[in-house]
Amino acid sequence: MAAPHFLVHNAQDTVGVVVVEGVKAGQMLTGWVMETDATIKLKALDAIPLGHKLALKAIKKGDTILKYGHDIGKAVAAIGAGRHAHVHNVKTKRW
Amino acid sequence: MASRRKGNGGGSRPARDLKDLTFWGYKRKNGRVGVRNHVVILPLDDLSNAACEAVANNIKGTMALPHPYGRLQFGEDLELHFRTLIGTGSNPNVAAVVVIGIEPGWTQKIVDGIARTGKPVAGFWIEQNGDISTIASASRKAKEFVQWASEQRRVECRLKDMWVSVKCGESDTTSGLASNPTVGNFIDKVDPFGVTSCFGETSEITGAEMVCATRGKTPAAGKKFLKTWKAYMDEVIEPYKTSDLSDSQPTKGNIEGGLTTIEEKAFGNLEKIGQKTRYVDVLGPAEAPSKGSGLYFMDTSSAAAECVTLQAAAGFAVHLFPTGQGNVIGNPIEPVIKLTANPRTVRTMGEHIDLDVSGLLRREMTLDEAGDALIDMTIRVCNGRLTAAEALGHREFVLTKLYRSA
Repeated sequence: MAAPHFLVHNAQDTVGVVVVEGVKAGQMLTGWVMETDATIKLKALDAIPLGHKLALKAIKKGDTILKYGHDIGKAVAAIGAGRHAHVHNVKTKRW
Repeated sequence: MASRRKGNGGGSRPARDLKDLTFWGYKRKNGRVGVRNHVVILPLDDLSNAACEAVANNIKGTMALPHPYGRLQFGEDLELHFRTLIGTGSNPNVAAVVVIGIEPGWTQKIVDGIARTGKPVAGFWIEQNGDISTIASASRKAKEFVQWASEQRRVECRLKDMWVSVKCGESDTTSGLASNPTVGNFIDKVDPFGVTSCFGETSEITGAEMVCATRGKTPAAGKKFLKTWKAYMDEVIEPYKTSDLSDSQPTKGNIEGGLTTIEEKAFGNLEKIGQKTRYVDVLGPAEAPSKGSGLYFMDTSSAAAECVTLQAAAGFAVHLFPTGQGNVIGNPIEPVIKLTANPRTVRTMGEHIDLDVSGLLRREMTLDEAGDALIDMTIRVCNGRLTAAEALGHREFVLTKLYRSA
């Protein structure tokens, strides 16, 4: 199996993690969902650095972000599927 | 539970049989097993650092542990200071100890605490002697100790003699995906064989605290964890915070590595305790476990050197340290094994990494294989292999201070 471009912890997660360097906007990516061993495809709409997250579906402002099958914060702006999800559009619900 | 995995081999292959696995360690008088044989020159206080460093310079094969505290501390903070110094000297990786303090009272308290292990220990003080005479007398004793220690021999030991602490640092999303689960796989495999282990980082469980509470072996252990976590929030974070902590937790390095929120960091952090192991009890900072083998949670800061120093002071002899962006920390007495799954860190900071598990991200290895590789590396380090941090001279010894001195 070819090395995946991004990994997803759990099937219900709304974000995945890019695990290769140099992902460019417009690139078609292959992802591996570890919980179910499923392979999914998604087009990146931003350049996304190694280790950074991409939205797996359209996320509305205020939506809870799911990773590890758990709540890891909220969207503070809308995030389109394939877009970079990070501190500019996701914030903690704590502190 | 933290995330389950199907595709990554978790549980899909029988855990390898560990009951016959052995390592070579130093059996100490109190029954504990060390994997190093240090002779430590331990300052009671900041004033005694210079004398300790002079002794360590005079007598080859000894090591001074300078630190900035020990004066006018009081109450719980002073108790923690004593517990940390006594615990450091008592750690089975330490063969013998010379303690130097400014005055005899507190110096003797540390000496007496360490002496309970049965190991050679002697105290010296500077008042009414001066640095030069103190250094001369302490050097003579240190020479005697180091020659004695050099004749100690390693003996074959079982996994039940192994005490392992875990803590991650400069984490990124690859930590939660691969290097922390590798440590978790290690813990799940060795826990049934009587290993004593410890995780900590109280503030960094924030977001996953309810999940962590369910991982106690008993409801009382889970309840004690939640109480400890809440106290850290109420007594440390809330009174002192000036912002939402988004610039400190996650750290700038975490954010560079793709971690966005404390909750995300917390779920990644918790991967280190595996999928099924449950903690027996909750320890105070530098408190030694007293309920037999198994996993323990310790109330610590999430700063790497502070946490590892407390774990070493509680008696843990080898440390597993997964990193993402590349934290370079070591500890003077407890070898720190670094593993990473970040291929860029492997490429740019390879000299700091003992085990590369980046193959997990490329699906070139399974989690079970990574866990087995970590067991193999840990045995090699216990047998005497120097870790990257040891070879590079990383000896971060950082005492936790609870509040200002009197």
